[in-house]
Amino acid sequence: MAARLKAPGFYRAGIFMVLGLALATFLTWIVRMSTGHGTFHHYIDGEAILTVSLLSVPLGFLFGFGGFDYWFYWAAGKPTRPEDHSGHGAYSWKDYFRINTDHKVIGIQYTVNSFIFLLIGGLIAMLMRAQLASPGSHFVDANTYNGLFSVHASLLIFLFIIPVFAGLGNFVIPLMIGAPDMAFPRLNALSFWLLPVAGIMMLASFLAPGGAFADGWTAYAPLSDSAPVGQTFFSIAVQFAGASSIMTALNFLVTIITMRAPGMSFFRMPLLVWANFATSLLVVIATPFIAASQFFVLLDRGLHFNFFNAGKGGDVLMYQHVFWFYSHPAVYIMMLPGFGIISEVIAVKSRKPIFGYRMMAFSLLAIVGLGFTVWAHHMFTSGMANWIRIPMAITTAIIAVPTGIKIFSWLATLWRGVLHLDTSMLFALGFLTTFTLGGISGVMLAMIPFDIHVSATYFVVAHIHYVLFGGSLMTIFAGVYYWFPKMTGRMYDERLGKWHFWTTFVFFNLTFAPMHILGLEGMPRRVSTYASEFSGLNLFISLASFALGASTLVFIYNIVTSWRGGPVAASNPWRGMTLEWQVSSPPPVFNFDRVPTVVGGPYEYGVPGAVHGIFAPAPAPATAGGALRAPSP
Amino acid sequence: MSRQRSLTVAFVAALVAVAIGIVLSYVIKWFPVQASTQAKNTDAFYHVLVICSIPIFVLVVTVILYSVWQFRMRPGQELMDGPPIHGNTRLEVFWTAIPSVLLLSLVGYSFVVLHKNEQKPAKEIEVAVYGQQFAWSYEYPPSITHGAPLKSTQLYVPEGESVRFDIHSRDVIHAFWIPAFRIQEDAVPGITTHWRATPDRIGDYPVVCNLLCGLGHSLMRSQIHVVSEERFHAWIASQTSSAGSSAGGALTSTAGSQ
Repeated sequence: MAARLKAPGFYRAGIFMVLGLALATFLTWIVRMSTGHGTFHHYIDGEAILTVSLLSVPLGFLFGFGGFDYWFYWAAGKPTRPEDHSGHGAYSWKDYFRINTDHKVIGIQYTVNSFIFLLIGGLIAMLMRAQLASPGSHFVDANTYNGLFSVHASLLIFLFIIPVFAGLGNFVIPLMIGAPDMAFPRLNALSFWLLPVAGIMMLASFLAPGGAFADGWTAYAPLSDSAPVGQTFFSIAVQFAGASSIMTALNFLVTIITMRAPGMSFFRMPLLVWANFATSLLVVIATPFIAASQFFVLLDRGLHFNFFNAGKGGDVLMYQHVFWFYSHPAVYIMMLPGFGIISEVIAVKSRKPIFGYRMMAFSLLAIVGLGFTVWAHHMFTSGMANWIRIPMAITTAIIAVPTGIKIFSWLATLWRGVLHLDTSMLFALGFLTTFTLGGISGVMLAMIPFDIHVSATYFVVAHIHYVLFGGSLMTIFAGVYYWFPKMTGRMYDERLGKWHFWTTFVFFNLTFAPMHILGLEGMPRRVSTYASEFSGLNLFISLASFALGASTLVFIYNIVTSWRGGPVAASNPWRGMTLEWQVSSPPPVFNFDRVPTVVGGPYEYGVPGAVHGIFAPAPAPATAGGALRAPSP
Repeated sequence: MSRQRSLTVAFVAALVAVAIGIVLSYVIKWFPVQASTQAKNTDAFYHVLVICSIPIFVLVVTVILYSVWQFRMRPGQELMDGPPIHGNTRLEVFWTAIPSVLLLSLVGYSFVVLHKNEQKPAKEIEVAVYGQQFAWSYEYPPSITHGAPLKSTQLYVPEGESVRFDIHSRDVIHAFWIPAFRIQEDAVPGITTHWRATPDRIGDYPVVCNLLCGLGHSLMRSQIHVVSEERFHAWIASQTSSAGSSAGGALTSTAGSQ
């Protein structure tokens, strides 16, 4: 037992969490006493202890669980454990519940964890639609409803879309660039374990006195300054999720820059790698801003810094500027990896090279640059100085150009191909239609006089769901079906996959298309009840949304049964050229038994005799040839 | 079917789809009733946006459906690849330039509409708006009341005269939105924000808080009464004489606020 308590794992994590709680109590006590907070009664303050323990208990968990062991041993001058690769590979399900440094294990941890939060976030959406099925309904009260939509958005943004892309990237990118692992495997493990912490914290806010955080995922101050303590759960959970994003993005950048196989120049990288490279640039630059915005709120709440207290000289609009300086680039963080997935799927399933490969890569970089110049289009009606609207509207319109280039290039890739219309391809084609609609409504929202009417209405709700569900989630499904054989070594059921696509596609549109009309007609977002004139469409939307929710059951059934007992997958079922398909399914522990050499582009379909990577040693120069050649039998 | 023939079919189908889309855009009732000159400008502009969007969406969908129809894998093609087309510079320049021009024209047009909507007229009245959890209140300045400022929980404005709303907040952020006017702006603690509209249709229209402001946000709805010039002044007079004490809905039977 003593050994168990000393070894990294859940037991030691439990002890450290208790220590974290004790530390929080002690710290608040000593601070309150030293600043003279009156009687003993005031030394022990529940809300203060809760706030500090939201930081110290999760950190205690991570220490105890072993997230920092290696670095502590090193820092203390003790012998670090020799790298025997014991952290690599997963041999039973238990290996997924510990610090594991194998990028393939981490990729699966990320993906499965994210999908669990997708299901929770989706269930919360069903509860919201139940409330909205009729005006004035009392399915939940207003406070609970506000908590539901706030947690719904926060979970799906911070615990699903952003990390699921990081998960797929984690699994695929080292394989695609011919690397044995990520550049920083221990950092990789730590960045994963921050996520369940953040997710559980957001969900746990429902148990907080006063209910869950209820100011939307945007948490605008000063409302968030004065909200019940549930708000603190959001402010701190975002720090954990954000730290995880930044660590992974740094890891991707260093891995992509330094660990590409010989011969893989930047312009021989698959577009998924390009997409994650671009996304990681966005993440490392932008994410600190949302961390800052939530620290401001935390300091306002806990220590009365008055950043956003207008009565004490605070500036309310500054919150929105700082928040959107992250949260607009965040929509590209939630979209660019999906663009990468679609490029892989469409090239392979059309059996053609990607049309305009270099423009596809450059347009990603253009979006990264422009993505930082449009944030205030979320604030056209915020009361900021009027002139700011003009440049922001222009850049917002212009950012549609690189996105358009991508859509047209995908269409041109389809042209004259040999289209394999399996599940991942259907999701890719579905994505092209729904995302185009989301893009069009996005351009409309850039038009100031129109935005002044529909800002913060259901038109915006429709738009974001066309972009994040019709866009990001479609690409995620495409990617999961596409790499499922590689990740699990099993094939999924194609027929169920197609059922999943069609039910999702149809009910998605039935759910979200009518919301455009609701917004134009004058229905605000984030309301638990509404004027009776909107009742017909709302009932229709609620019914469609329940069917949309049910369509996910097909996906879960397919994935679970196929993972447990699907037919064994071949190493390259789609005849892809990129490197991940040149190794077994699932890949060997260190990915490549021999280092691949990249000799051509990643999508040379239809070019006679073209290869992307070779595994035999490159033909050696004549002089050294004899020495390098293996002995002939 | 020959490639030429199938392309013709697709082209005709796309034209029909665009035509249907444009007809639908006229048939569908997109907006609530127009009660200000600004609403007419904004709605007309929205219609332009819709009509520009339809061909783009139809183009994307047509190419996808045509590809599925003509290029899907047929039995026996399992191991075939398509032609190795890597790109076409002329085409790529084309689909960079044309959308850029279209988007910049639309955004330019939007500035024209914006300017028209926000232009300061020669004469306008001012009404102060106060948002607080979870109700709106208003204040009419001496220039209207010809006496002390009038505080009221009701909003009356005269038809045909430009109104400038000076928007304040007493607690958190709200958004002062009148969907029938197509205009909103946030009420922000610490600063005063503004918007103006020229009501041009007599009637009662919803006033909606459009920014989450707490528990009662969903019910922070009231009404604006657009009335004739004479009735407006009569209402002001009745309010000032009764010192704005009672809610003062005597003049109109529809004056139920919230």
